[in-house]
Amino acid sequence: MDTPMDLRFTPAQEAFRREARAWLEANAPEPRSLPSLDTAEGFEAHRSWERAMFDERWSVVSWPEEFGGRGAGILEWLVFEEEYWRVQAPLRVSQNGVFLLAPTMFEFGTEQQQRRFLPAMASGAEIWCQGWSEPDAGSDLAGIRSRAVRSADDRGWLLTGQKTWASRGAFAEWCFGLFRTDPEAERYRGLTYFLIEMNAPGVVVRPIPQLDGETGFAEIFFDDVFVPDDQVLGGVGQGWNVAMATAGSERGLSLRSPARYCEAASRLVALYRQRRAKDPVGAGRSADAVAQAWMDAEVYRLATLWTATRVLDGGSVGPEASANKIHWSETDLAIHRAALELLGPEAELHGGDADASWLDGYLFALAGLIYAGTNEIQRNVVAERMLGLPRG
Amino acid sequence: MHFAFTDQQIEFRDAVRQVLLNECSTDDLRASFEAPAARTARWETLAALGVVGASVPEAHGGLGLGLVDLVPLLEEAGRAALPEPLLDTTALAAPLLAELAAADAGSRGQVADWLESIAAGGMAVVVGPPAPGATPLAGANGADLYVLATDGGPDGPQIHVLEPDSVTVTPVPSLDPTRRLAAVQWAPGPESRLASGPLAASLIGRTADRAAVATGAELLGLTQRMITMAADHAKVRQQFGRPIGSFQAVKHLLAGAQVTLEFARPAVYGAAWSLDEGEPTASRAASVAKAYASEAATEAARVSLQVHGAIGYTWECDLHLFLKRAWALSAAWGSAAEHRARVLASLVAGA
Repeated sequence: MDTPMDLRFTPAQEAFRREARAWLEANAPEPRSLPSLDTAEGFEAHRSWERAMFDERWSVVSWPEEFGGRGAGILEWLVFEEEYWRVQAPLRVSQNGVFLLAPTMFEFGTEQQQRRFLPAMASGAEIWCQGWSEPDAGSDLAGIRSRAVRSADDRGWLLTGQKTWASRGAFAEWCFGLFRTDPEAERYRGLTYFLIEMNAPGVVVRPIPQLDGETGFAEIFFDDVFVPDDQVLGGVGQGWNVAMATAGSERGLSLRSPARYCEAASRLVALYRQRRAKDPVGAGRSADAVAQAWMDAEVYRLATLWTATRVLDGGSVGPEASANKIHWSETDLAIHRAALELLGPEAELHGGDADASWLDGYLFALAGLIYAGTNEIQRNVVAERMLGLPRG
Repeated sequence: MHFAFTDQQIEFRDAVRQVLLNECSTDDLRASFEAPAARTARWETLAALGVVGASVPEAHGGLGLGLVDLVPLLEEAGRAALPEPLLDTTALAAPLLAELAAADAGSRGQVADWLESIAAGGMAVVVGPPAPGATPLAGANGADLYVLATDGGPDGPQIHVLEPDSVTVTPVPSLDPTRRLAAVQWAPGPESRLASGPLAASLIGRTADRAAVATGAELLGLTQRMITMAADHAKVRQQFGRPIGSFQAVKHLLAGAQVTLEFARPAVYGAAWSLDEGEPTASRAASVAKAYASEAATEAARVSLQVHGAIGYTWECDLHLFLKRAWALSAAWGSAAEHRARVLASLVAGA
């Protein structure tokens, strides 16, 4: 490449930013004004917000126009994310669909599948959950035992087994899941990626209250659930490859844009400034932690622009996605831990009129070290695939 | 938005890497323990390649390159633990002298002569941060020119440039013998003064920012070198009948260090661009870069020694050549803690 280094967005990208900002400022709900998306009421409120965005083509800006997007590039998407978090717009109830399944469906889905599923995903009409983990297969995903056998009419598959820790599973309409279609094959082989309707006969959902008391995830039981052939994504027996594409999105660029952390880091600095005015000595004890957390978010922003440039220049993201996941999850933790430290004894207030946003954020940050593959598994990936250390 | 190096920048880096592979091996480093000269054969090779004069303006015989161009070269210098003062001469002194020349400072032709000597003759320069007394400077033993500053006193900030016959250089032992550390004693006088007042203040500030980023770049190279050495060791060292690199405890140490490095890199690259472009947040970006790179290097030094075990603690093993440089550079031009404090002060001020 002969293009000199340049960290400025183009005038066209800045114009796109102004358009997004104007719409979001006029339309986004007040920060934290919607009920939690892990409640039935909050789920519907967040779905309405997805619909409002979709109607003005803001819900999936990077998708092609035919599916409800704006055909925006990766840099424009990052700009949109900056604006989205700037107004502290609601968490995306459709995130498992739009950020994880959709990139996989663009890569592996048939044209018919894309037409059938993507617009309804983008509008929030159909919310997706992820059916991967099982009671005995978490970090060791290749150890899953839920299986699928051919249906008697040979037009599809019958799914049996149990999935768990499905975020949004309590309320979602659809599930993307990994099942063993070849009982003779082991581990990574013989798996198939299915698109499953949650109200199909034989699906039973048991919501699981999380440690904050809300039903953020669920167990899903499958008992001879019929899934037609056209709801296989990426081919029978190809499940592991397809799933790794989804995992790349989950750990890499698309699930967690830097804007989310940069916004939280700015609020952390504001909190520090406020506390310092009242208690300079007390706040001073957290100065180093506040600075480090802000820097963690800032370098994530820079690293994302670096990676985005590489992708735009035709490169790909490999095991770096695992390094990325470790960094964003630890950044989130660092930001919230510093905030709770500044809050002191007030940090535990939860419920009533208390603003528990830092505490809720801390709880969610702790989940980030676990979901999308634990950070311990990601460190194994970094060690084996970036440094070439032998498998254990 | 295009956050990447150009092909040309990468090619220059690769050329420097090759020179250092040939002329800056660990055997060469050990040989330099006893050699107090700055003008080594290796330095002459780098000068002939245009590296030493890379940032001298073209009008003075250099390549007129910016900090973004230099960063990949400094990473290579770090990777090889290059003993010669490339950082001071090329990343600090030449841009500072170029600004002085542009401001018409000093007597006629003097600054231009120095710039041309750097570009054409590979003059080795050391640059000292404003500090009271005779703070030891790396590379000062045997340098050709000294750029020194004062920032206190009734006369305010000043920049002085002195030839070797105007300073007293006393070698100071360092844990890292390749540093050629020496105390430089000098007296500020009107003959050596090149700038004072606001010009000096802004040049001192900009030089400190450039130094933070340039040192950060060398730390990136050092960090990758230490991690790679430790990973290579972990692949061959057998215990319990298997390579120790197959144990998760070892993997996680090295992976953690590598992840920190992956995020220090764009911090350094972005800061270099900000300084070249004169962005309003450039100084803060420089502090983020140095804080991150210092942490990355300090952690990689700890981890790579741990993974090597007792052999890493010996004089015989080459690891210590890089550990010592990493420790020295982590503290040079502001520690991680100092730069974090600078970042926070800038944020709280609302910049």
